[in-house]
Amino acid sequence: MINFQYSRADNIADAVRQIAADPAAKFIAGGTNLIDLMKEEVERPSRLIDISRLPLNTVAETAGGGLRIGALVPNSDLAYHPLIAQRYPLLGSAILAGASAQLRNMASTGGNLLQRTRCYYFYDTATPCNKREPSSGCSARNGLNRMHAILGASESCIATHPSDMCVALAALDAKVHVAGPAGERTIAFSEFHRLPGKTPERDTNLRPDELITAVELPARGFAANYTYLKIRDRLSYAFALVSIAAALELDSDTIKEARLALGGVAHKPWRDPEAEAALRGRPANPAAFALAADLLLRDAKGYAHNAFKIDLARRGIIRALTQAANATPQSQSSKKIR
Amino acid sequence: MARIPAARPTGRTIPAPDKIPISLTVNGLDTKLMVAPWTTLLDALRDHLDLTGTKKGCDQGQCGACTVLVDGPRINSCLTLAIMKDGAKVTTVEGLATNGALHPLQQAFIDHDAFQCGYCTPGQICSAAGLIAEGKAKTADEIRELMSGNICRCGAYPNILAAIQQAMARHD
Repeated sequence: MINFQYSRADNIADAVRQIAADPAAKFIAGGTNLIDLMKEEVERPSRLIDISRLPLNTVAETAGGGLRIGALVPNSDLAYHPLIAQRYPLLGSAILAGASAQLRNMASTGGNLLQRTRCYYFYDTATPCNKREPSSGCSARNGLNRMHAILGASESCIATHPSDMCVALAALDAKVHVAGPAGERTIAFSEFHRLPGKTPERDTNLRPDELITAVELPARGFAANYTYLKIRDRLSYAFALVSIAAALELDSDTIKEARLALGGVAHKPWRDPEAEAALRGRPANPAAFALAADLLLRDAKGYAHNAFKIDLARRGIIRALTQAANATPQSQSSKKIR
Repeated sequence: MARIPAARPTGRTIPAPDKIPISLTVNGLDTKLMVAPWTTLLDALRDHLDLTGTKKGCDQGQCGACTVLVDGPRINSCLTLAIMKDGAKVTTVEGLATNGALHPLQQAFIDHDAFQCGYCTPGQICSAAGLIAEGKAKTADEIRELMSGNICRCGAYPNILAAIQQAMARHD
């Protein structure tokens, strides 16, 4: 690890002040990804500003019937929170599909959003990587790319976003509350993460001097018909090859509302308004699910080692929508896919 | 104030301007040590306090050999900066036995021969202690899933599962 200075933030305003004063500084909360990246010297902050003691660790009901989740609520506390289990089980399920129990105990809600890709070349400082070092080139396009993107990639970068939690938050239309020198603002979840384009070094639209303070869930929780289906190379504690958050509202057999978000396929949790629109008003059956899958994957593009993901995603979407429609969500402990 | 009865009870107090004093309660004993900001909790335990039961495996949060309990929950000490845990209560594998009697998990690991080389065992046992305290795992599938953060390269998983089930039954 490259040496760095350490300081604690006394409150949100102090945290924002400290980061504005030192552009090479970073906030640290759980540290599960940042410390790892610092050991690899991928991240080399001049200073760590410890925000872990700020009072941002509560889950509160909002006036609009939703929930406001403090940025420092640990992933495990959130996954098992009674209001999440009752009203947003899709989110709880997605969190429990990710990482290990130890890491979930450490990792914060805000930090989960700011995880960086696990592209092997991003981690390997001996290789070119446009995300790590702009304009150095992409080693993954013509290298090992089994884990990489099939949607929304660019010439510059084919990395994927690694989070499971964020896939559920995308499906649920969450909002991200942030504080900065100019005050507070709210970012729609779909606008929070970016596609790589020509600037893959920027994962999100969060400004460097802004702090995530909370994630807000709207009232609609899809607690009756949902699933989080994660497909990976081993059954636990592995990143997704493809994951699918599916949520439906049904009027007997007719789909009133549909949400479909994919992980492991793009630089951000992937949603497709056309695929979701195609489900609304249709009977919840395999033909409708296949149509949505084909629409969502219409522009999918594979590389040398990940082209299998296109068919995997198609089948996964159909399976996930079937699980959601049947109210038989994927168990995250028994790995049997039904 | 009690101290860790180790060769270097308060860590190496080399006067360096970049080291910062912190306090930890380790296995019930209050201790003070000087750490650099980049010293992980794992290195503080092993190198400053001579508590070498906690193992360094991958040092990247992937293997679980460094698992300890901090203020209750199990965490990866290799991905934790000691300075961020100033004031915390830490339990390592050395702190599980009471008055010379093995912790039920330690006894269960012996009863079921739940190891081969033993390198992952302190982490497995601390992780299992955290698992039992969390109370979320009831079935074998749930135990396996919630222990997936602890890798055993010898592949003693069936015996580890049996040991945890034995300790869990006793806990109930």
